[in-house]
Order: sequence, then structure tokens, then C-alpha cells
Amino acid sequence: MGLKKQGHHHLVAVRLNEKLGAKRKYTFIHKASLPRIVVLWFVFMCCISYVIYERMDADNEERRKEVLTSMCDQRARMLQDQFSVSVNHVHALAILVSTFHYYKNPSAIDQETFAEYTAQTAFERPLMSGVAYAQRVVYSEREAFERENGWTIRTMEKEPSPVRDEYAPVIFSQETVSYIESLDMMSGEEDRENILRARATGKAVLTSPFRLLGSHHLGVVLTFPVYKSKLPPNPSVEQRIQATAGYLGGAFDVESLVENLLGQLAGNQAIVVNVFDVTNSSDHLIMYGHQYQDGDMSLNRVSMLDFGDPFRKHKMVCRYLQKAPTSWTAITTAFLCFVIGCLVGYMIYGTAAHIIKVQDDFHEMQELKVRAEAADVAKSQFLATVSHEIRTPMNGVLDTNLSSTQRDYAQTAQACGKALITLINEVLDRAKIEAGKLELEAVPFDLRPILDDVLSLFSEKSRHKGLELAVFVSDKVPEIVMGDPGRFRQVVTNLVGNSVKFTERGHIFVQVHLAEHAKAVIDAKAESCLNGGSGVVLSSGSQFKTLSGCESADDRTSWDTFKYLVADEEFRVATEETSQNVTLLITVEDTGIGIPLSAQEQVFTPFMQADSSTSRNYGGTGIGLSISKCLVELMGGQINFISRPQVGSTFSFTAALKRCEKNAIGDMKRLPSDDLPIAFKGLKAIVVDGKPVRAAVTRYHLKRLGILVEVVSSIRMTLAMSSKNGSLRSKNERQPDMILVEKDLWMSGEDGSVNLRLQEWKPNSHTFKSPKMILLATSITGAEFENAKQVGFADTVIMKPLRASMLAACLQQVLETGKKAQQGKDNGSSFLKSLLCGKKILVVDDNRVNRRVAAGALKKFGADVECADSGKAALALLQLPHDFDACFMDIQMPEMDGFEATRLIRRMEMKANEQPMNGGSTAEGREAEWHVPILAMTADVIHATYDECLKCGMDGYVSKPFEEENLYQAVASFFESKLNSEP
Amino acid sequence: MDVVSQLQRQFVDFTTSLYHEGFLDDQFTQLQKLQDESNPEFVAEVVSLFFEDSENLLNNLANALQQQIVDYKQVDAHVHQFKGSSSSIGAQRVKNVCAAFRNLCEGKNLDGCIRCLQQLKLEYSLVKSKLETLFRLEQQILAAGGTVPSMA
Repeated sequence: MGLKKQGHHHLVAVRLNEKLGAKRKYTFIHKASLPRIVVLWFVFMCCISYVIYERMDADNEERRKEVLTSMCDQRARMLQDQFSVSVNHVHALAILVSTFHYYKNPSAIDQETFAEYTAQTAFERPLMSGVAYAQRVVYSEREAFERENGWTIRTMEKEPSPVRDEYAPVIFSQETVSYIESLDMMSGEEDRENILRARATGKAVLTSPFRLLGSHHLGVVLTFPVYKSKLPPNPSVEQRIQATAGYLGGAFDVESLVENLLGQLAGNQAIVVNVFDVTNSSDHLIMYGHQYQDGDMSLNRVSMLDFGDPFRKHKMVCRYLQKAPTSWTAITTAFLCFVIGCLVGYMIYGTAAHIIKVQDDFHEMQELKVRAEAADVAKSQFLATVSHEIRTPMNGVLDTNLSSTQRDYAQTAQACGKALITLINEVLDRAKIEAGKLELEAVPFDLRPILDDVLSLFSEKSRHKGLELAVFVSDKVPEIVMGDPGRFRQVVTNLVGNSVKFTERGHIFVQVHLAEHAKAVIDAKAESCLNGGSGVVLSSGSQFKTLSGCESADDRTSWDTFKYLVADEEFRVATEETSQNVTLLITVEDTGIGIPLSAQEQVFTPFMQADSSTSRNYGGTGIGLSISKCLVELMGGQINFISRPQVGSTFSFTAALKRCEKNAIGDMKRLPSDDLPIAFKGLKAIVVDGKPVRAAVTRYHLKRLGILVEVVSSIRMTLAMSSKNGSLRSKNERQPDMILVEKDLWMSGEDGSVNLRLQEWKPNSHTFKSPKMILLATSITGAEFENAKQVGFADTVIMKPLRASMLAACLQQVLETGKKAQQGKDNGSSFLKSLLCGKKILVVDDNRVNRRVAAGALKKFGADVECADSGKAALALLQLPHDFDACFMDIQMPEMDGFEATRLIRRMEMKANEQPMNGGSTAEGREAEWHVPILAMTADVIHATYDECLKCGMDGYVSKPFEEENLYQAVASFFESKLNSEP
Repeated sequence: MDVVSQLQRQFVDFTTSLYHEGFLDDQFTQLQKLQDESNPEFVAEVVSLFFEDSENLLNNLANALQQQIVDYKQVDAHVHQFKGSSSSIGAQRVKNVCAAFRNLCEGKNLDGCIRCLQQLKLEYSLVKSKLETLFRLEQQILAAGGTVPSMA
């Protein structure tokens, strides 16, 4: 079955693996594509940065253009304004000349007046280098004119003018242009056209730019016609020509004047300004600025200029002197964006890489987990198989017809075997403890035999090492307590096991006292120490008053305290007796290597040992103490220790248990070995031992057998006592039945001399049954044994550790009282009988033979047994209402197994319980709730099966084939709980 | 009287040898303990049940293993039954063979199974003859007017 299960689990593991494989395809980033994504991201960030740069650059350009536009327009407007101001003034001047020169007679203006006036009003014409007035002289009037003025009309080249139809000699001029006086303006090509156009239109006209006389600057000449008579409205061209008296002209020195104008404006250095005459659109004449172009050619601004002459067109062109400076802001911003983008990318890359790594790890972990789980299942299976395989041969250990000593050995073997199975279950429980799922039992038990069993586990080892191993349970500890014997045993086993492991000489001493009692005594002692101060000098000799004489770590456990604990019989705590709770203090004292101070803090940490050499020398995993701590805490106690390196350790723990009424003893989990023979009741023994603690232990064990004990400290004293008895033969003083002597006392020289006398003394008392001489020894050699036989210990040598049952077995042999030994066993049977008698029980098993055997076993205890051969049949029989008191159910059955059948039964019962009860059913006196106890019958002994039983609604399990003890336990536990529930 | 004690000694020796050679184990002792005045034929009854069942099971097993396609599940169920009943009466060696059989069954090892079946038949016939001898001795003791010595 084990193998089959394993196969099934294997399948599970494989399926899980497949699932994992399927899951793996859904990972959202693939490892291989990551570098590609990174490169793409990089390129993408480049593009983004470039776009940002472009946008910012375009913005800059736009702003630059706006600035240029506004600057250019401003300049154009100013130039135009100033120009028109000048033109207006020249216009006013023309009217002035016509008014004062022609309308007045005689003329109010001469050259002098004109020069002075124009000089003083020059500020009104900021753009003009000078103005002059030229009179219209027709050829017929030339001579008269020349005569009148006293000079001849000359051409521009300053030569006497040739004959023409008309002349326009300058008669008045501003001083700045006085050199043109008497020059005929009609002789210059530009001026002549100007004059003709001016008088035809009656408006100010401009020449195209040319180099001016005098300054040789580029300039234009403005000409205004002056009419000698008033013109009719809307005069014709003819009329204008007729009325023309002369021409007022002014030269704009555009170059210097524009220079001057621009100089006043801000940003002058940054831009280049050109002014063009664009009357002839194919040939732009430059008025200002350099003909060849310089500055930033990429950007320019054209502003149209209107100088008031519709015939002429001008424009101003502005551009930046320097190329647009590279925009550091844009570059920096773009670069920053790029860097940020890269960083973000890097972060995402890092995260993605991390995620991938984590995912990979996760998958790996999952795989490992699946493998670990498979291994765990395999482990459990292995344990199950092994525990089963161990169990089978263990049954063979059960004996029937052995001598008492053999029986003790056999019982030891059996106890060890059971402990082994327990251990296997404990290993399985370890996980439970760690998961916090462990629940403690609360059953009545006697801790004394449990401690004996623990000791017997280690007896071989301790004998081998020559250690004193002893247990002592105070009389005040109740015989039966409620608690979890298994866990209690586990903790003690662990502590003792540790002690045995780490102790090479001396002793290991387990004590159990009532916690309150122990505390009271220790407190009292501490007080007396403080008061008297005499207690300190106790260890003056090399011997300590402990079990073996070796020093122990916690000197509170030495004889000085111990004697109070033992002797203080009258000590009674009133509350203790009445209250249900009892707190025990269990100490395990050893004289081993102790725990180094540095490691003391970590003692209860799992897998911690003092150092690595510890595990090398002594083995072990170091988990025991941590489990013990958990268990002790679950039991409502605390675990502590006192340890001195090279002196020893004393572990102590408390356990909060409940008192148990004596009449409930029957319910107790009881091992056959628990029952001590009562044949020794009333016998008398003398224990000869110099060490009081050890003597107390011996006395404790003997007392358990009902033997009266007297302790003496030396053989000499024994002899004295015996001889006194022998001589006086008083009636109330009885001859002792046995004398138990410690080996070291006998071996030591002090009493060596009395050995012979001991021998002699023995046959003296022949009339009575002579006392049996018994030697107590931890270890003994063959020679010593022979020697002992010779000196009188012929009867037996009892090997320590002492245990009541072992002691009983030995004494039985010695006293030949073994016949009554069987008594104890019947107790369980009779109890079982009382429990099962008259009960109606259903046995469900598909195997006829099994069924018959189970039925036979149950019938033997008086039960009324009915059988069913399948789960279905059981279901039919258990249809409500029925009158079965319990059901034993096989688990592995064809068609419907025990689990399934139980589930169905429970469901059926639940349904019935939910239905409102009618009067009839209550009258039958049935329990309000339907719940037939179902016990599984199984060959599996591991707890896992047990858990499964409980899960599907079973109440317990018994192992198959039936075993009385096992049956007893299972039946007892559920009938007991039933008894409790029924008042 | 002589005959009785001789028979009794023979009975004890024979029983001891049965335990010693591993034909029977503790469970058989338990079984004997269950037999008392109210149920004097208990052991014989159980054992004869065991014989009947076992012969059926052996036949079934032989049939199952001769099939063209062997239904190992069925075989395993039979062996499980066999193991259960043999362990119930304490026929230790039969039980052990059953345990081995189940492992072979798990491994679907046909040759092994057939060999195991032969062994099972052998062990069964051995334990059957031993038990029959035992019962015969018991009958003889009773017929001679003696009491069957308790092994428990």
C-alpha cells in the first residue's frame, strides 16, 4: 500500500511540474527581448530629445523674428515720421516764400533773411542738410534777371548757363548749401525732372538717391513748387505750370541722417539696416547701407517707407548682424530630457531585469518546492513503512513464559520498541509543533512508571559510562495526574538523553516535586542561609552531598535542600489539596561538561549546539531542546537551566497538570509494566548507603513496592542493629527481609573489615528466614561479582538505574514470590469487560476472517457484536434509528472504503439531528444527538492515518490485528468521553 | 495418563516449533486467548474460515494471473484480502509472502507474481497441514481425557 501511495504522489509531483511548465509561458517580459527593448528605448529617447530641441529652437527663432520685426518697423516708422516732419516744414517754407516773396511787394525776403530764417529753423528739419529756393526764369526774362541780381546763371558745373527755355537759378539758400547759389537747378538731370514733376503735381517730390554735391553722401533732393498766384481748386497741370514762380528744394543727407537717427535707438549694434529706393522694381537703388550684403542672411524684415511722394517707393530692410546664437537653453533642456529618459530607461531595465531574475528564482524555488514536497511525501511514506515494519517484529518481542529477569529484559525491549514507534510519531509531530498545530492530550496517567521507562531507555548507556542514573518522585506528587503522558515523556527523555550524552562521570538525577513545595523549601533554606550563614561551609570536604558525590551546577538540589523536600512529610499546602491544578517541578541534574557561558543564550534555539565540535564529539541535531521548550510551554510551564562549564547542568521545567480522582484510575492509559506486583507489601528492607540522596532514591523505589525501608549509613551500623535484634528478639522489631548495600560502600576500605563478619552473621539467624543480601551497583566487573558472591551477596546484584518494576522482578527472583505476578494484567481486561459488556457493536470488514476475529475479541469482553461485510451494508444497518453503541470500521474495503462510509453515516446523522424532534423519539430516551462512535481498524500506525480518520468523522482507531492494550486504549478513551457527556 | 502427558508434551513441542519456525506469531496466541468456555470452537472456526477464504483467493489469484491482460488492481485486492486474513490468524509466513507479493504487484512484475503465487501456495499448504496437525493433536488430547495445555 505504501508503494502504491508513493506512486500516486509521484504523479502529483509530475502534474505539478507540468502546471509549472505551462505557467512559465505567461511571463510578461522575455529575457531575450530585453536588450532590443533597451536599444529601442534609447533611439526613442534620442528622437524625443531632438524634437524638444527643434521646438525650442523654433520658438527662439520666432522670438528673434518678432524682435527684428518690431525693431525694423520702429525704425521705419521713425524715419518716416522724421522725414514727413521735414517735408512738412519744407512745405511751410515754400508757403513762406510764396507769401513773403511774391504776395508782398516789395519782397520781404532776401538772401540774408532766408539764410537766417532757415538757419534758425534747421532743427525743424533734422534730416535735411540744407534748403534753397530757385526762381523760375524763362529765357526771355534771363537778361533782366541777371542784371537785377548782378550775376549770371550758371550750370551745375559752375559754368555760365547755355541758352535754354527755362532756368531755375537758386536765389536764396541756407548757409550750409550756399555754394549752390546762382546755379541753375534745371541743369542737373535729377533736379530738372524733379522740378518738372513738382510743379505738375503741386506736391513734394523726391529724386532718386545720388551723391550730393559737397558732402558726397548719398542723398535725395526734395522739391516743392512755389506758386505766385492763388490756384483755383482742382487746378489742371497747365494751370499749375503757369502759376509756378519757383521751387523750394532741400537735400536729405540720408546716409548721415539715418545714421544719426539709428544711433539714438536701442539695439543699434545688433541689426543691419538698409534703405532702398525701389521705384524701379528691377533696379533697387541703395539709399543707406552697404550695397554688398552682410549679416545674417537667413532672416530679414522688409518695412515699406512712405516719404510722401507717391511716385517714389522706398523700403527698409533689416537683418541681424550676427547669426542666431546657438540656444544653450534648448540644448541643455534636450540633453537633460535625454539623460532623464536614459535614467528612467535604465531604472525600468533594472526593474525588469530584477523581475526576470526574481521570476526565474521563483520558478526555480517552485521547482525545488515541488521536489522538496515530493521528498517530504517520500519521507512520510518511508517513515510510515518503516514504522510499520518496525512494529511487526516488535510484536514478536511480547513474551509469555519467561523468568522474571527475562521478563524485565523483555519489557525493557518492548518499552524501547514502543518508544521507537513513539519516536517516529514524534518526528512526524515535529512539523506540527513548528506549525503550532500540536494539541496536547489530557488523559490520566501515572508519571512514575513513565520516568522509569525513560530511565530504562538510557540504562544501557549509563551503565556503560558508569554513571549514576536515578529518578525520584516526591510523595506529594499525586499518583495520577491529567495531562499528556507522551509529551511529558518526550521532554524528560530529551533532557535525560542530553544529560547522558554530555556526561562522562558522576550522575544524572531526575526529580519531580510539587512546584510550590519546592519553592517554599528553597525559599526557606535561602532565608536560613542568610540568617545563619552556616549553610555556606557545607562543602568543606572534597565530597559534595549530591547523588554521586560530584559537584552539580545547581547546589539547591544537594542534600541540604533535598532532605527538607523528602523529610518534610507534614508539609501540606491547603490550597494544593483542594484545587484541581497541580504544578510539578521536574529537574534533570547532571555532572557533565556543562554549557559554555557564550552558548547559554542559544540553548533553546533550534539546531544550535554549543559549538561545532560539540556535534562532532557528541552527535545530535540540537533540535531536541527547542522542541522540549515548545512542549513545556504548551503544557503551561517554563523551562530553565543552570549550567556551569565542567561542573554540569541542571535543567528544570514546570508542568501545569490537573489532579485526577482516584476512582478515575481505571480510565488511565495503562501499560502492563505499569502495574507493580503487590506481593512485597509489608516486607522490610534495610538500605545501607552513605550517600543520603542516593539512599532516598532507593527508598523511593522500594516504597513504591510497598516495602518498609530503613536507611543506615554504614555496614557497621547494620550489623549493630541486626545483632541487637538477634539478641533481644523483641516482638515489635521485625527481622529485615532484605538488606540492600551500595557497591561503593562495600568496596571502600572503611567497611572492608566487616565483610567477613557480615558473612558470619548471616547463618546465625537460621531460625528465621534470613535476610536476603542484595548489592546495588552501577557497574560491576566479573571479578568483583565473584568477590561479592563470596562475601555474602549470593542472592543477587541489582544493576542500576533502579526502577520499581525491575526491582520487583529481581526481588521476585530472590524471594521466589513470582507466582503472583500475573495479577496486574487482569485489571485492564476486567475494565474492558465492564466497558463493553452488553454494548451492541457493529464490526465492518470485508475480510471474513478479520471480521470473525474482531467479533470474537469483542465478544470476549461481553459485547453484542453484529457484522457487516461492506461499507454499504454498514450504512444500511446504521440507518436511523438504530441501537448500536459503536462501530468498528475497516478502512480499506472495495467499493466503499471506511472513510467514505463514515462520511455518509455522519451526513445521515447530521440530517437527522437537524430535523426537529417529534415527541416519540425523545420518549425513547435517546440522546438528543445521533452520533455513533466509529473506530477505524487499520494496519497503519502513523499519525497521518489517524488524522485522516478524525477528518472524516471517526472517533479513533485501533490497530489491526486486534491487540488487547490498543483496543483498551481506544475503547476507554471514547467510552470515557461518553460517560462524561452523560450525566 | 502416560498417553495424555506424552500427547501434551508433543503438543507443546509442536506448538513451540510452529512459533519458532515462524509459521505462527503472537496473533495466534491472541486468538487462542479469545477462546473460552462460551466459545470453545473459536480458533477452529476462524481457522476453517481462513482455509475456505484462502482456497478461494488462491484460485482467484491463479485465474487472475492467467488472463491475457492481467488486472493488477484485482490481484492486489486479492492479495490484500489474503494478507488481512493471514495476519488475523497469525500465519506469519503467509503474511510475509503476501507483503512481498503486493510489492511485486505494484511493480507489475508478472513473472515475480507467478513465482510468488507458487510460494504462497506452498506456504499456505504448509501452514494448513501444520494447523491441521495441531488440531488433530488437540482432539487426541481431548479424546484421551486430558486438557489442552495453554500456551498463553
